[in-house]
Amino acid sequence: MTDIITESEEAGFASDLTQSNTLGESVQAYIGRVRGGDMGALPSVFGLVVLFIVFGFANDRFLSNLNMANLITQAGPIIILAMALVPVLLLGEIDLSAGVAGGVAACVMGVLMVKHDQPWGLAVLAALATGAVIGIVIGLIVAKLGIPSFVVTLAFFLGLQGVTLKLIGEGGSVRINQEVIAGIANNNMSVAAGWIVSLAVIAGYAVLALLRHRQKVERGLQHQPFAVVIAQIIALAAVMLGVTFILNQNRSVNPNFPIKGIPYVLPMIVVLLILWTFALGRTTWGRHVYAVGGNPEAARRAGISVDRIRISVFMACSTMAALSLIVQASVSGKVSSSSGAGNALLYAVGAAVIGGTSLFGGKGKARDAVTGGLVIATIANGLGLLNQASWINFVVTGGVLLLAASVDAISRRRRSATGL
Amino acid sequence: MLSSHHPISDPAPPERLTMSASNPLLELRGINKSFGVAHVLHDVDLAIYPGQVTALVGDNGAGKSTLVKCLAGIYPIDTGEYVFEGKPVSVHGPKDAGALGIEVVYQDLALCENLDIVENMFLGREKKSGLVLDETTMESKAREALTSLSVRTVKSVRQSVASLSGGQRQTVAIAKSVLWNSRVVLLDEPTAALGVAQTRQVLDLVRRLADSGVGVLLISHNLTDVFEVADRITALYLGRVAADVATKDVTSRQVVELITTGHSSDLDASASSTTV
Repeated sequence: MTDIITESEEAGFASDLTQSNTLGESVQAYIGRVRGGDMGALPSVFGLVVLFIVFGFANDRFLSNLNMANLITQAGPIIILAMALVPVLLLGEIDLSAGVAGGVAACVMGVLMVKHDQPWGLAVLAALATGAVIGIVIGLIVAKLGIPSFVVTLAFFLGLQGVTLKLIGEGGSVRINQEVIAGIANNNMSVAAGWIVSLAVIAGYAVLALLRHRQKVERGLQHQPFAVVIAQIIALAAVMLGVTFILNQNRSVNPNFPIKGIPYVLPMIVVLLILWTFALGRTTWGRHVYAVGGNPEAARRAGISVDRIRISVFMACSTMAALSLIVQASVSGKVSSSSGAGNALLYAVGAAVIGGTSLFGGKGKARDAVTGGLVIATIANGLGLLNQASWINFVVTGGVLLLAASVDAISRRRRSATGL
Repeated sequence: MLSSHHPISDPAPPERLTMSASNPLLELRGINKSFGVAHVLHDVDLAIYPGQVTALVGDNGAGKSTLVKCLAGIYPIDTGEYVFEGKPVSVHGPKDAGALGIEVVYQDLALCENLDIVENMFLGREKKSGLVLDETTMESKAREALTSLSVRTVKSVRQSVASLSGGQRQTVAIAKSVLWNSRVVLLDEPTAALGVAQTRQVLDLVRRLADSGVGVLLISHNLTDVFEVADRITALYLGRVAADVATKDVTSRQVVELITTGHSSDLDASASSTTV
């Protein structure tokens, strides 16, 4: 394999000093990686394109501006819950209780706001704190008692549903009509603000990417070809501007009441995505999460407190789950005794896995939650438009999850065979 | 020197080479370690010299791993002295050993396959600028460390460890000790799972490491490897030091005898003649 020292390698590390291949070479390297099983975001993006084409032909309302906005608000809670699960999956663990933990937290928010007339800010903080406490307890049990997370969180999945029932009353629900909370999914940014934020994000990304590229070139470190950096900036700009353009069109069916602008849930997802990409990719904590997921024993020997990482990850997961169910409450306008139960969690796990996060731990990114969450939401949305019976929705989503897990398992095998 | 050893119960009194050239960098004196009723290490003396490769040989169950774990601070020692650069020190955990500059390269390499070479070399000791990981500094330093060991077989420092061969992984693990300016490096069976060419590379690396002034302890079953790189050999037999000799003074057959029976009749004769 790579043991054979070729002429170019004879020069020690000179061979990778620049690592700036031509564009063609880096495209070839990418194809090599994909063939070797390291597919990244490819399956989810490909799946999304296929779904858009199929549903676009099957129903002429699918690609309408109104439905695109609906799709984004529907995808919001799924994406945020999937983002909550990514760090847990990176450890090779699972949190089956994330959905209902978020449900309990959203209940706390609803009860505080509606029954105790507390301000929304306090209620949201209380909800996030509830999530954090649940996560710490789960993390402590998993890390200190060594019970598999599957069992611990299954117990919490059942137990926390009881807590929600107790908080809210049997079969009841709390209406959420507080302006700010309901506005997350139902209010839109002004058209001008949408364009400004969109352009600011593109400009920020471009500046950061170019600065990093220049620093790497100056220090003689491994870096991508300049053309690839530019291509990434252009791709991001195209997506951002395209989405902004569509959402800034009037999508109302009633000409007297125009609806336009980006729903607030979208910038919220963008902020969370930036936050989690930073936390996982640029901080020591994130590096240690990957290390514990890859080889806990190696992490322990390197002096990493494995227990502390586990507990912090479960805490972060349940806190994010609380946020997800707050957004869900905004979308559905209520918190009910079944919030976060049912298939919410499986949708989120499916989203993360479809996005490319491995169930075996050690591999995945925050952006997987976004692409995977869009796939799941598109299936639900598209089948809903086709007026299919809801059983088909379950079967198709279950099938897609199984397919994604199979792709994960097969590509993992290929990766270990090709050493990627 | 070091006659505190009581030879009454020893199968063979350990032979000692007088090292006038340099003093030991790290020394264990009269170490005892028990696990419950099992007395694993009996009055073990061990010395590691700077710039030399000391081989620790012994059969399964002789106490090699226990001794290494005592050195690394993973097991606390029951009695005995832990001397570093002539000063007695107390080592209560891996962090204390790390602070002294003692690095352990484990047999089942402690590397994360999903991380790349740079990330593995800095694992647990990442460089930061503010809150953010300082990737540029880490990559440059990792590159320097590998270059200083004349490592040529790794294509890129940003390769994931999963894509490396056994020998290359061993190389990364050893280079980690250079990166951290370690004084003493403990290598647990570094060539156990390697092919011929890879063993060659790793042994060359071990030699270069010692030549740079580091004290190397090589734990190995493979006497060919030991005779190739080691300057001194310490043989353990049932938790006792059977012999501590210079490699040039012994033959492979004698070392096999020391490992399997705890003594070697002709070695005792020849060694006593040199030490008197």
